[in-house]
Amino acid sequence: MASPEGAAAAKVKLRPRKKKKSKKESKTRSVYANILGEEDDNNPNRHYADNKIKTTKYTVLSFLPKNLFEQFHRFANVYFVFIALLNFVPVVNAFQPELALAPVVFILSVTAIKDLWEDYRRHRSDKEINHMDCLVYSRTERRYVEKFWKEVHVGDFIRLRCNEILPADVLLLSSSDPDRLCHIETATLDGETNLKQRQVVRSFFDLDCDFDPSKYNSVIECEKPNNDLNRFRGYIIHRSGRRDALYKDNLLLRGCTIRNTEEAVGIVIYAGHETKAMLNNNGPRYKRSKLERQMNVDVFWCVIILLVMCSFAAVGHGLWMFQYGDKRPVFDVLSPEGTDLSPVLSAIYLFLTMIIVFQVLIPISLFVSIEIVKICQVYFIHQDAELYDEESDSHLQCRALNITEDLGQMQYIFSDKTGTLTDNKMVFRRCTVAGVEYSHDANARRLAMYQEMDSEEEECPSRGGTLPRRDSVGSHHSVKVVLRSHSTKSHRRTGSRAEAKRASILSKHTAFSSPMEKDITPDPQLMDKVNECGSQMDFMRFHSQPMSQLPSDLGDIMDFFIALTLCNTVVVSSPDQPRHKVRMRFELKSPVKTIEDFIKRFTPSRLTSGSNSSSSSSLATNRSSTKGCSSTLSSPSAESVNADGGAEHPNAAATCQPSSANHIAVFLPVPFCRACFQGNSKGKRQKKIIYRTQNYLNQYAADGLRTLCIAKKVLSKEEYACWLQRHLEAETAIQGREELLFESALRLETNLQLLGATGIEDRLQDGVPETIDALRKAGLQIWVLTGDKQETAVNIAYACKLLDPEEEILTLNADSMEACSLLLEESLHYIQAKFLCGSAKAFHADFAPFHIYPSSPPPPPHWSSSHAAVHRLGLVIDGRTLAYALDRSLEDKFLAVARSCRSVLCCRSTPLQKSMVVKLVRNKLKVMTLAIGDGANDVSMIQVADVGVGISGQEGMQAVMASDFALPRFRNLQKLLLVHGHWCYSRLANMILYFFYKNAMFVALIFWYQFYCGFSGSAMIDQWYLIFFNLMFSAFPQLITGTLDKDVSAQTLQQLPQLYINGQNSEEYKPYMFWMNMIDAFYQSLVCFFIPYFAYADSDVDLFTWGTPVTTIAVFTILLHLGVETKTWTWMNWLSICFSVALFFTVALCYNASCPTCYSPSNPYWTMQRLLQDPTFYLLCLITPAAALLPRYFYRACQGTIFPSPVQVGRQLDRLPAKDPHGNILSLSGIQTGARPDPERKSSVAKDPRRPREESQRPDASLSVRIDLPAEGGVKYTKNSQERLSVG
Amino acid sequence: MVKEENESPNRPDNTAFTQQRLPAWQPMLSAGIVIPGFVLIGLAFIGIGVALLITSRNIQVLELDYTGTEQNSPCFQCSDPDQQDCVCTLQFSINSLFEGPVFFYYGLSNYFQNYRRYGVSRDDGQLYGDLSYFKEPYDQCEPYRFDRNKRPIVPCGSVANCIAVYTFRLFQIVNGQQKEVPLDGKGIAWWTDYNIKFRNPTVTPLRNAFNSTAKPLFWPRPAYELDPSDPANNGFINQDFLVWMRRAALPDFRKLYRRITEGDYANGLPAGNYSLEIAYNYPVLSFSGRKMVVFSNVSWMGGKNEFLGIAYLVIGTLCVVMSVVMLIVYAKFKFPEED
Repeated sequence: MASPEGAAAAKVKLRPRKKKKSKKESKTRSVYANILGEEDDNNPNRHYADNKIKTTKYTVLSFLPKNLFEQFHRFANVYFVFIALLNFVPVVNAFQPELALAPVVFILSVTAIKDLWEDYRRHRSDKEINHMDCLVYSRTERRYVEKFWKEVHVGDFIRLRCNEILPADVLLLSSSDPDRLCHIETATLDGETNLKQRQVVRSFFDLDCDFDPSKYNSVIECEKPNNDLNRFRGYIIHRSGRRDALYKDNLLLRGCTIRNTEEAVGIVIYAGHETKAMLNNNGPRYKRSKLERQMNVDVFWCVIILLVMCSFAAVGHGLWMFQYGDKRPVFDVLSPEGTDLSPVLSAIYLFLTMIIVFQVLIPISLFVSIEIVKICQVYFIHQDAELYDEESDSHLQCRALNITEDLGQMQYIFSDKTGTLTDNKMVFRRCTVAGVEYSHDANARRLAMYQEMDSEEEECPSRGGTLPRRDSVGSHHSVKVVLRSHSTKSHRRTGSRAEAKRASILSKHTAFSSPMEKDITPDPQLMDKVNECGSQMDFMRFHSQPMSQLPSDLGDIMDFFIALTLCNTVVVSSPDQPRHKVRMRFELKSPVKTIEDFIKRFTPSRLTSGSNSSSSSSLATNRSSTKGCSSTLSSPSAESVNADGGAEHPNAAATCQPSSANHIAVFLPVPFCRACFQGNSKGKRQKKIIYRTQNYLNQYAADGLRTLCIAKKVLSKEEYACWLQRHLEAETAIQGREELLFESALRLETNLQLLGATGIEDRLQDGVPETIDALRKAGLQIWVLTGDKQETAVNIAYACKLLDPEEEILTLNADSMEACSLLLEESLHYIQAKFLCGSAKAFHADFAPFHIYPSSPPPPPHWSSSHAAVHRLGLVIDGRTLAYALDRSLEDKFLAVARSCRSVLCCRSTPLQKSMVVKLVRNKLKVMTLAIGDGANDVSMIQVADVGVGISGQEGMQAVMASDFALPRFRNLQKLLLVHGHWCYSRLANMILYFFYKNAMFVALIFWYQFYCGFSGSAMIDQWYLIFFNLMFSAFPQLITGTLDKDVSAQTLQQLPQLYINGQNSEEYKPYMFWMNMIDAFYQSLVCFFIPYFAYADSDVDLFTWGTPVTTIAVFTILLHLGVETKTWTWMNWLSICFSVALFFTVALCYNASCPTCYSPSNPYWTMQRLLQDPTFYLLCLITPAAALLPRYFYRACQGTIFPSPVQVGRQLDRLPAKDPHGNILSLSGIQTGARPDPERKSSVAKDPRRPREESQRPDASLSVRIDLPAEGGVKYTKNSQERLSVG
Repeated sequence: MVKEENESPNRPDNTAFTQQRLPAWQPMLSAGIVIPGFVLIGLAFIGIGVALLITSRNIQVLELDYTGTEQNSPCFQCSDPDQQDCVCTLQFSINSLFEGPVFFYYGLSNYFQNYRRYGVSRDDGQLYGDLSYFKEPYDQCEPYRFDRNKRPIVPCGSVANCIAVYTFRLFQIVNGQQKEVPLDGKGIAWWTDYNIKFRNPTVTPLRNAFNSTAKPLFWPRPAYELDPSDPANNGFINQDFLVWMRRAALPDFRKLYRRITEGDYANGLPAGNYSLEIAYNYPVLSFSGRKMVVFSNVSWMGGKNEFLGIAYLVIGTLCVVMSVVMLIVYAKFKFPEED
């Protein structure tokens, strides 16, 4: 269900009433039950917002003033209204005042209608939401009655049934679930479709009978409404005085859907606009694109030109007046009072008049046109079939409507790794237990089969091998081992592609992501061990022997699997429950049984979810302790599934209390850290295990696998009780709970016994290396910022061609600021020494066009700094070093190093560091940055970058929600940037330039005329044409061209990524181009003015009979100018131009025939009709546009031949027969390098200069600068915590 | 690995429009098209230019300046602003037949009829014969809206106020005798002006409509007495008035005064000596303007104007020259496309 609130994105306003609340309530909110019997006006909850939402901006009365007020925030609107109002002043007016208002009113009303419509939609959706039903406990009727959502108040008891949507933020007090759980789906909040568990408040946990609201008499103290979805703190005070802590796990958020739970009862804590969902509803973001910033500069120049022209005319008028002296000419008109106006005064009046007359120079329709064009561009990007991902049935979403052209100007890409470059489908590959590696070769083979599956459309044969074996395992156990995995089976692929697709779509709604993740072929060796283990246990159980007698290696395997099992979320549900989502059904009857199941369960768990899990919420511990942890190893039939939060929290600890021993085992999946284990490594065996496991871990990392260690710790009951006590304290703390929990986790995570480790593969997405290669050819710098381990990250970087094996790698690992500084210095020197000596010249010849500052002029030949060039170097830096490097004192050095490198890889970086890196590059290098990521840890980076791209992948929607564009796959970035970005940029840039030209050209006509009318502000162009010129006659073709024009075909753009450099260097719209266009505009207007001038000189032509041809010619010239600039002519271009011409003549004819006296002062009655009978008119219309456009056309024709821009070359390529485009490209680039004289242009399209020209130029030895300082315990923990913060 | 399947997307429509694959013509500026195109256009322009030039050359124009600033000018006496009702006579001769129909213009230079405040100072409602505007003229007419006695001025405004009322009489000197050339004053204004845009109030006699109004300050006679010889040529539909009210586009302008279409002169003005009697009543020296009369005949393209023909010739030649330049350019920088 789509979020109703989401659709009604609007500013949330808290009721002003709230402010009246007394001071003591300012920190927390107390919620009493409404049934306590307080009268309405005495109800303690009466100050809180009710559940009625109103997201509309306007009411019927306030619409007009409010909307106008908002619109006048835009400076341009104020300007145009000011000019229109100026027309009402008789001394300075130039047009009919009412007419002058027309365009402004038109623009304003278009916007107002749009706003009104949006607001109406919001109103309708509000109404719909407000009138949804829910069950509220009624005090008078002593039962639950149906009420509208809007009638729900804070303190009400609400009964929720399965699949109902929550009307407000509700504290869960009762659930029909035997475990006192309530499952909710939060898709409307964060897009995640996996179910989340919520718990009944602990004090109501043991309630046997149904919850009775009339007996409730506690008070809830909680924090004020805030927008943090992942936080809720408070406590509940019972009449007995007992306090119980409240967590976010007790809170059901508005907008979520109840799943898998028959019934739940809760009390409303926050309602209406104070709910977290509503507080999270921010309006769309407004970003201003680079092009628009540039445009604003030129708008400013237009204002200057306007003022200069007006001043010129004013001075001219003053002088003109002055020359007559006291003798007033007959045609001079005295002021209305009959007195003479002094030349100075009339000059001042004239200045204002001229501003009105020349107002067209600041194009009123420019902003509107740009918005229309951008919306159309967004539509086309949206519609692109190539940006559609069938697997996930998602396509590109443009969330920011006004920065499409920025896509064409990107210079730096900051990418997340997990889920962005990789699939984020965790596929189990191998594991090591107690120092023995189980390589799972069969599984690897099976995975390989999967990859071929789609092409071959054949069933994977290895599955045949897995099933019987699985059965054999099952039959081996005496306990009833039933794997009721029929939903798994239903997912199983039968080979057909359609079914695979369906399965993958289906899997979106279930716990698993793909069949690849679910089907595991166990390693035979491990299988044997497990079977042995099972039989041993059967034996022992039979003989009532304690578990501890298990051989140590088997024991380790046992513990290993128990840990994996416990530390993961298992949701149990059954298909016969009505309207439930189909879920994998899964019951764990025995720890041994879990051996196989864990693998299945284990793989999909998001071990590396980037969520900030430093709290390492030991909920599992918690729960197991409160439940008394009934799972024992000696009684395998008991339910042992009590692990929670494993999916969200990689560090979640699970404890298990063997009843037969006085010890509690704590199982922990932990990132490998020697310190955690060292204390316990007294035993030789354990040392060996640690040693071996570390070796394997390194090997896994080298293979690009993600690693996770499994460890256990045995605590005595006293130790456990002591720890639990402090942990509970930490949990109930309202202030600093996170830190306390973290400390609590640290206390536990010492002296662990290492059990083993797993290696999970996160495969690269399709086409990632190709995309990276293309983007790099396009001149984009790609930095990868990941929370992953350095080894893993480097491996993935190699796999996706980010790093080249032939490339040198600078690795920066430092433990202190000084070391980092030293390291950076060294690297800088190294770079300078390496790349400046000897081959300096060669390098600079090659790399000259690839400056870090693309806007800077090309360097002189004696350029001696290394800063400008990008070398064949890779930089790898880890999070800790990055933290030092990002320090204010070192950031410049860091940047100097980083920007000399071809690729930069930041490992172990926290979300904050990611955004800091982006910010640093963006602000210091003044480049356009794009951040792409898929997880919550990328959100800050996405928000900071100029363009944020979210991958709508596996990790929920936070990244997408924060992004400007959401892509299904990383691969789509190539087309988005290289094709759509390029198009959008070049279209808009050309359109804006054309706009400036068009208006300048039109206005200049009137300016020239001032020389012939005594600078009196008189216009030979009729006021109607003048005012509607922008709005009607020249509006459509440019919109069509701005939307549809393709300078180069999509195919060529993708084949020649180098063309993207065009946009990076802003080559379509450079500052000088504005002036070139202005000069051209003035030239053309001179032609359009003086050809009619001389043609009608010495004739009895009257003002408007002469002015109308000038207008007509100007319209023709302007339209044809667009024609010269249009690269592709579709029928829509033809149509729009014909339409514009037809519109002009129709309007002119109708206008000139409609009313003989209405249009004072011009009154152009029958002018156009008469002109159409005049041959001179036609002759003028032929010669003038030709003369006006000849230079531009000639320039374009010659430029295309003598010095074609890369884009023009690309366009030429489009026209080549498609038989061998690649060969053509090659031949073309060869020719270009030879033929073109300009070295700067040469290399931008031709060969990619960064590709090594000569192998011998590159140094053969690989460099690795590395400082590994000895680790200390404390530091390790920091590292550890960092891992928690930023894994993935 | 899952292969990409882009052929059958569910959501985006796979149409040429949405996928931006509309068939398009790309006007490539390449030698093959540009050079022949330029040559053709150039030749066509040259052709038109030649035709225009020939046409224009065939038009006869006779301009006579009578400002009278020069000592030897017959109107020198009259150019003194203090002189009232001065009449001067201009002698000229025509060497060959001045083919008819001959148009007789008067010209003024440096006269800014396009001056903005001058131009807006008129009341189209009044001129349309709407009596309500007779009482309350349009306020843009200020300061020519009411006279000193607060009587509304009809026609109000500056344009009407400073009408140049000329009286020219043209004589052919045949054997020493002055033979008056009949001047046709009908139909010199736009048909739409005469019939639609300007109307007299439907009051008979016309002068009653002008009761309690004042004539414009500069006018010797009220509007209803503009042409004593032809009662139908009075009020707002007086042809001279209509011509004057159509404001000239440029400060140097001419306006049609009469046509010579009648009697012996229907075929034009025969060669011989002529004298023009001018009632010199419009001082122009204050704005250093010049006055002239112009006799001209017209062709299909209007009056004599060589500019357009020359422009076509120049542009046409430029096109040809450019095509030659481009030919050289292409020969030098041969583009791989032509391989």
